[in-house]
Amino acid sequence: MPIRSRTPNRKSPRVTVLVATRKGAWLFHGDAARKTWKTDGPHFLGHVVSHLVLDPRDGRTLLAAAKTGHLGPTVFRSTDRGKTWKEATQPPAFAKAAEGTQGRSVDHTFWLTPAPASEPGVWYAGTSPQGLFRSADGGVSWAPFSVINDDPRFREWMGTVQDGTPDGPKLHSVIVDPRDTAHLYIAMSGGGVHESTDGGRSWNTLIKGLDVVEGFGFDPLQPTFHDPHCIRMCPTNPDRLYQQNHCGIYRIDRPSDTWVRIGSSMPKKTGDIGFPLVVHPRDDNTAWVFPMDGTSVWPRTSPGGKPAVYGTCNGGRTWQRLDGGLPKSQAWWTVKRQAMTADAHDPVGLYFGTTSGELWMSRNEGRKWQCIARHLPEIYAVDAAVL
Amino acid sequence: MKVQIPSALRSYTERGSAEAQGATLAELLADLDRQYPGIRFRMIDEQERVRRHIRIFINGQQVHELACALSNGDDVVIVQALSGG
Repeated sequence: MPIRSRTPNRKSPRVTVLVATRKGAWLFHGDAARKTWKTDGPHFLGHVVSHLVLDPRDGRTLLAAAKTGHLGPTVFRSTDRGKTWKEATQPPAFAKAAEGTQGRSVDHTFWLTPAPASEPGVWYAGTSPQGLFRSADGGVSWAPFSVINDDPRFREWMGTVQDGTPDGPKLHSVIVDPRDTAHLYIAMSGGGVHESTDGGRSWNTLIKGLDVVEGFGFDPLQPTFHDPHCIRMCPTNPDRLYQQNHCGIYRIDRPSDTWVRIGSSMPKKTGDIGFPLVVHPRDDNTAWVFPMDGTSVWPRTSPGGKPAVYGTCNGGRTWQRLDGGLPKSQAWWTVKRQAMTADAHDPVGLYFGTTSGELWMSRNEGRKWQCIARHLPEIYAVDAAVL
Repeated sequence: MKVQIPSALRSYTERGSAEAQGATLAELLADLDRQYPGIRFRMIDEQERVRRHIRIFINGQQVHELACALSNGDDVVIVQALSGG
């Protein structure tokens, strides 16, 4: 996979890697060369932190979606790059159900998305069980957003807690089109992919072309049978989205409404099942995935115990194995959907955190990997930020 | 009334007990939340249900309803299960 310089060389800002884990959060501050990393943490030791995200609009506000194993969920907020934290005054919570009906309660906030620069202070949150929430004050207070949370059709597609992933069904991959903030995408595990062009007032399903699990007679036209794992929009081409799904890797080029399975060109022995997907910050033909074993009982480990990133530089027509520096055998971890990311350097730096608590990075778009932290708790999310 | 606070919630109260008032458990929890913003939602969900790992005892008796009446001098203990790994 060639590395192509796409922008003039100029001094790149220092990267801080934001790491959210099952037992707290850490920040790893890099030097200018991205060779040494200073550890800052733990923050919220003992809290399950599902996502830790920087507001790129101000470069200093951090939001952390957190809960403990025994208390209700909350969102912590820092306006000084993680030095101090305050709790949201109104964390995401479903509306109270009418008397005599069974209401839902948020188990944890799973996904955080800052809106584009044209909407300062606006954030979106996806929760488990599936819910969509919005904050207009930088994450201080949150309110249910759109019709999704209570729409009977959506509720049917969401299924019950038993239908979801082992730690709860989730709404994730909240994407706001930077050209038009009323244009939104969301994904639900399970419940499919949905698009709104009117600011969340109405939604269309976007599942055409996606496969469903074979052998059970599931109808691919029904959103409830679809399990998107991660969707990313290309920063330089918002009409192109990539998706890692329970049933393969896909790409869609709008206005087409049909996903194309680009994972079919992955090596058959590896397959195209996984959780995360990362897109290049400047090249819409380049993306990376981290395949896992989705055979038999779905071990969800690196296939054969040999972890590797796979990258494409032609929109998914071909894939290249990128495992330089990674363990060659007996490494039975994998990478969760928010736990892989890219910085904006040239060449691009890639980062992923493992279920066994290791943080890996590549300074050259995946050709060579180095471990920058070990012995962390299970890593749930990794983000590359410029603080 | 004196309210015993479990360790997981002492990030709010900064001590193991707090003083709060109310004619019902709901009012007492509301008073706690006024003093320590955010503490109630960690114990009670948006459907007014006591969260799964929280138990509340009044004078040694476990209570499940937020409408439970309280009297001055009642002993309120909030307990948090510490199961898990």
